[in-house]
Amino acid sequence: MNEKQAHPGVGTYLAVAGMLTIITLVEVGVFYVPAFQKVLAPILITLSAAKFSLVVMFYMHLKSDHRLFTLIFTAPLLIAVAVAVALLFLFGVFALHTGA
Amino acid sequence: MTHAASVHHTSTGVDNRKLGFWTFIGSECLLFGSLISTYLVYKGRSVRGPTPEEILNIPITSLSTFDLLMSSLAMVLALAAVTRGDKIWARVWLATTALLGAIFLGFQAYEFTTFVHEGLTLQVNLFGSTFFVLTGFHGGHVAIGVIWLLTLLVRSFQGKLGPEKAMNVEVAGLYWHFVDVVWIVIFTVVYLLR
Repeated sequence: MNEKQAHPGVGTYLAVAGMLTIITLVEVGVFYVPAFQKVLAPILITLSAAKFSLVVMFYMHLKSDHRLFTLIFTAPLLIAVAVAVALLFLFGVFALHTGA
Repeated sequence: MTHAASVHHTSTGVDNRKLGFWTFIGSECLLFGSLISTYLVYKGRSVRGPTPEEILNIPITSLSTFDLLMSSLAMVLALAAVTRGDKIWARVWLATTALLGAIFLGFQAYEFTTFVHEGLTLQVNLFGSTFFVLTGFHGGHVAIGVIWLLTLLVRSFQGKLGPEKAMNVEVAGLYWHFVDVVWIVIFTVVYLLR
C-alpha cells in the first residue's frame, strides 16, 4: 500500500457520524436499563471499542492509509492496554469488584 | 477524493510529518493509558465522598460527548474542503470544529465548577484526584487543539491554506480525532461503568 491512497468520501464521513451517534444513544440507553446492569461492562466496552475503531479507521484514515501508521499506532496502544490490565490484576481490582 | 498530502520522497515511502505525528500519538496512548489505569486502580477505594455515583451527571456528559463526536465530523469535512481547494467551506468547517471544541471545554468548566461546589476537589479523595487529573489532561489537549484549529483558520483567511497545505490540516485532524477517541474511552470508563 503506498502513500497515495484515496480518503473516504463525504457520504462515508456522514454515515460514520450517524453510527457514532446511534452507538452513543445505545450506550446511554443501556446504562439506564436495570435489566442490563449485570452485563453492563461487556456491552459498554464492546460499544466503546466499536466507536473507537470507527473514528480511527475512517476519520483518522488508518483503513486506507499506509500500514506503517497502523503499526505505529497499535503497538503502543496494545502496550497501554496490557499495562492497564496488568495493573488491575496487580492491585486486585477485579477481585474488589467481584467481592472476592 | 485524492490524498491530502503533497508527497515528497522519503526512504519509508510515507510523509515524514505524518509518520512523526503518528509516533507522537503512539506516545500519547501510553500517557492516557497510564492515567486511565490509575483511575481504575483507585476506583472504589475512596474512604470518603463525594463518590462517582453521587456526583457524575450522565445526561450533561452525554451531550458533551455528542458535541465532541460531531466536532470530529466537522474536522474531516474541513480536510475534505481544503483538499479540493474550497476555501469557504474549509473556513466554515474549521470554525465549526473549533467552536464545538470550545463548547466541550465549556461543558467541562461547568462540570468542574459544579463538582468543586459539591465538595469534590483534587485533594478530597482518591476519586477527586484521579478524576480531575485524567479529565483535566484531556481538557488541556482539547484546549491545545482549539488553538491549533484557530491558527489554521487564520492561515486560511490569509490565503495560505490551499490544497498544497492539506497535510497541515490532516495532521491537525489526527490530533483532534485522537482527542476524540480518548474521550470515547473516558466516557465509558469513568462515567458509564460503575
